[in-house]
Amino acid sequence: MKALMFGWEFPPHILGGLGTASYGLTKGMFNNGDMDITFVIPKPYGDEEKGFANIIGACNTPVAWRDVSWDYVESRIGKVMDPQTYFNLRDHIYADFNYLRLNDLGCIEFSGRYPDNILEEINNYSIVAGVIARTVDFDIIHSHDWLTYPAGIHAKNVTGKPLVIHVHASEFDRSRGKPNPTVFAIEKDGMMNADHIITVSELTRRTVIDKYGIDPAKVTTVHNAVIPLNDDLLNLKKRESKDKVITFLGRITMQKGPEYFVEAAAKVLQKNKNVRFVMAGGGDMEADMIKLAAKRGIADRFHFTGFLRGKEVYQMFRDSDVYVMPSVSEPFGISPLEAMEMGVPSIISKQSGCAEILDNVIKTDYWDIDAMADAMHALISYPALHNTLRDRGIEEIHGITWEKAGKKVIDIYKNVIANRN
Amino acid sequence: MKSVCFYFTIHQPYRLKRYRFFDIGNDHYYYDDFADDEIITRLANNSYIPMADTLLDIIKRTNGGFKCSIAISGTAIEQLQMYVPEVIDKLRQLADTGCVEFLSGTYAHSLASLEDPEEFLREVKMHDDLIHNLFGKRPSVFANTELIYDDDIALLIKSMGFNTCLTEGAKHILGWKSPNYVYNAATAPDLNLLLTNDKLAEDISRNFNNPEWHEYPLTADKYVNWIASLPAEEQVVNLYLSMDTFGSFLPAHTGIFEFMKALPEFGRQSGVEFTTPSDVVAKLKPVGELSVPYPISDIDEARDVSAWKGNELQREALAKLYGVAERVSMCTDRRLKQDWEYLQSSDHFYYMSTKNLADGADHAAFSPYESPFAAFTNYMNVLADFLVRVEEQYPESIDNEELNSLLLTIRNQASEIEALKKENKSMKTNIMNSDELPVPVEVKEKVTVEEEKAPAKKTTKKATTKKPAEKKTTTKKSAKSAK
Repeated sequence: MKALMFGWEFPPHILGGLGTASYGLTKGMFNNGDMDITFVIPKPYGDEEKGFANIIGACNTPVAWRDVSWDYVESRIGKVMDPQTYFNLRDHIYADFNYLRLNDLGCIEFSGRYPDNILEEINNYSIVAGVIARTVDFDIIHSHDWLTYPAGIHAKNVTGKPLVIHVHASEFDRSRGKPNPTVFAIEKDGMMNADHIITVSELTRRTVIDKYGIDPAKVTTVHNAVIPLNDDLLNLKKRESKDKVITFLGRITMQKGPEYFVEAAAKVLQKNKNVRFVMAGGGDMEADMIKLAAKRGIADRFHFTGFLRGKEVYQMFRDSDVYVMPSVSEPFGISPLEAMEMGVPSIISKQSGCAEILDNVIKTDYWDIDAMADAMHALISYPALHNTLRDRGIEEIHGITWEKAGKKVIDIYKNVIANRN
Repeated sequence: MKSVCFYFTIHQPYRLKRYRFFDIGNDHYYYDDFADDEIITRLANNSYIPMADTLLDIIKRTNGGFKCSIAISGTAIEQLQMYVPEVIDKLRQLADTGCVEFLSGTYAHSLASLEDPEEFLREVKMHDDLIHNLFGKRPSVFANTELIYDDDIALLIKSMGFNTCLTEGAKHILGWKSPNYVYNAATAPDLNLLLTNDKLAEDISRNFNNPEWHEYPLTADKYVNWIASLPAEEQVVNLYLSMDTFGSFLPAHTGIFEFMKALPEFGRQSGVEFTTPSDVVAKLKPVGELSVPYPISDIDEARDVSAWKGNELQREALAKLYGVAERVSMCTDRRLKQDWEYLQSSDHFYYMSTKNLADGADHAAFSPYESPFAAFTNYMNVLADFLVRVEEQYPESIDNEELNSLLLTIRNQASEIEALKKENKSMKTNIMNSDELPVPVEVKEKVTVEEEKAPAKKTTKKATTKKPAEKKTTTKKSAKSAK
């Protein structure tokens, strides 16, 4: 089966969980065999893992004819794309886009990030999708998150092939209930036009059904999985500390519930002084959290690291005794799975999607500071609990694979295609 | 003539309330009275009272031709006394008929037989004292917590003077042997072993109300016929059933009480009698010995003790609890002793099980907690507070042996002081009589008292001399008055 996927991020150049999830899923599907996947991203860097998917960069796809030679194309973008693909794409330009700002190859520039003119970039991405859809051969279209829904709809309109959209997060989660109307409209449009909708958790599925008014029969949950960490990361050395370390790691934003972490920390510190709390990450609530920690009088035991990247994230896990994710609304939440794989017992909010599939974690309501503090205290005071969750957690994570998730998605494809014919 | 022994069990633990770590040291009351009240009252109304009435009715109609036995834990009795005392009255009436035998067991439905032999003996004595007190007769047949048994426990049971014990007769434990005989213990040949017939018990507890069962519906004559048609040599069938089965798991509308009422008549027709374990062992001799090297029980698929000791959480909690067993036994604080009792209930450990599949579902169904981890955390928080209180009674810096000798001295000191006072008095009278100076004697006495008080605040560690003994009294008194 051939699939055309639209994504926004792809490892190693990722900004959030979306890239990791898209990558894991694609690879998992490929490992199920008999899948030919074309994956479109705004801007490839050339160091993406290849082999399981054919990556096409939107920024390397011509939308207006330029008379260029093979050698010139080779020298310009040979690193990230086969020049033949460029010429194939050039043969399928469907309108005159010379009014747009184009480069010497007739391509639109993309940042591949989340710039202020994101809506313009989304629109451009959808223009490019028209060229790609006309060029590439595929049976089904798969769009990852709202940024790529317009592209998916465009490809569907051009080719008449069925569209599956993948909801990794909804505007309701990001905004804690106060959605941006433009984003909401794009999401709703994508959902209405989709032949099937995949959500990353039952929680998100409920949001899609209740908040966007979508027919439940059209929405299926495929829980995310985790890509096994490589030995480099697993073998990181713990930096010894005589205090226990309890960590929050993620964007410090309203959605992630950082204030509940600070409040719980204050409760634990009243009883137990031999523990340190770390809030790792950056975000618009960071300053507020620093103030809150100071106000509670725990600043001497409460530390902020700022944004961590790459290996630093895993070093942070390695140094932690407990990982906490108190998210108010989390469509899935991959980080507790990574923490568990590193052998760090986790406390997660019941309002996170991953709570639906994890057994060997402690689940509390995000607002239940007492319960959260109690769980923190138990994990640092009762070694048996810590060891049990550590050992069983590692075991559990090894059973959650992208291959299984990929199999479910392939089954959905088959159903969608069968129902269409 | 085949004998059928019914064993109806009643047990309820004192469930723990939600107890957070910041309650440790501040709150010494651990129990969820509302849950306990609600559950035992519901069970009493649905099961215990109608079942007791059914049994009384059967006994009356058969003129004592129907007999059975009841195993009830001490904690269940306490809760019944507190919340639904009419059940105790019904049980008394049953005891008064002489047709109902009450079995021995552990007071708190505890795992003491696996963890601490001395505590086990104490638990059983405490239980049997209560049974004797309430129902007028000391039990003579032993049934451990969920029928936990092995060769070592057999010795303990024998040492308490029992000559009959009931335990689990599941197929994969017995192998080719049938549970429908009397056996004797390999390590204690005078101890008769009765084994439960799980298949026939489950036909009632699990299948009676199961329309998908191929034998559904189960009628009394069919059931009695199965028993009557067992091989002629198989003389006894032991049916171990929770009293909750009747009226709660199997609601009254399923006809379970009518089923019970019909049993004696069909039994009479087919030569099946309903009797008590004591009568059985008086009549039947053991056919062979049974060796059980590893502990068995009637719980979970494996029928071993993994339901309570299967994972690290459970073993840790048990180790921490029984680690202070000896300490607690030396204490005299009544509330501490009571908590010690309640914290031993096996249920707390059952809730911590991390088993999956069918067993896991059973554990979860009974657990008041949302996960085994929550069960463990809550229990450990409570236990932490309990351990602090034990520590307050007697500091850990004194080891048990030393403490024991100190306590002995303290206990003896009352009589010693009495003797000294007498001596003092007679001396005084002697002195008075002999007209010598009385004053210096009194002064001297005061000085000695102060001398003895002074070292009390130091932590000298002398075991047997009299001064540290005096020290103990003062610290203990001050600890008590501080409460």
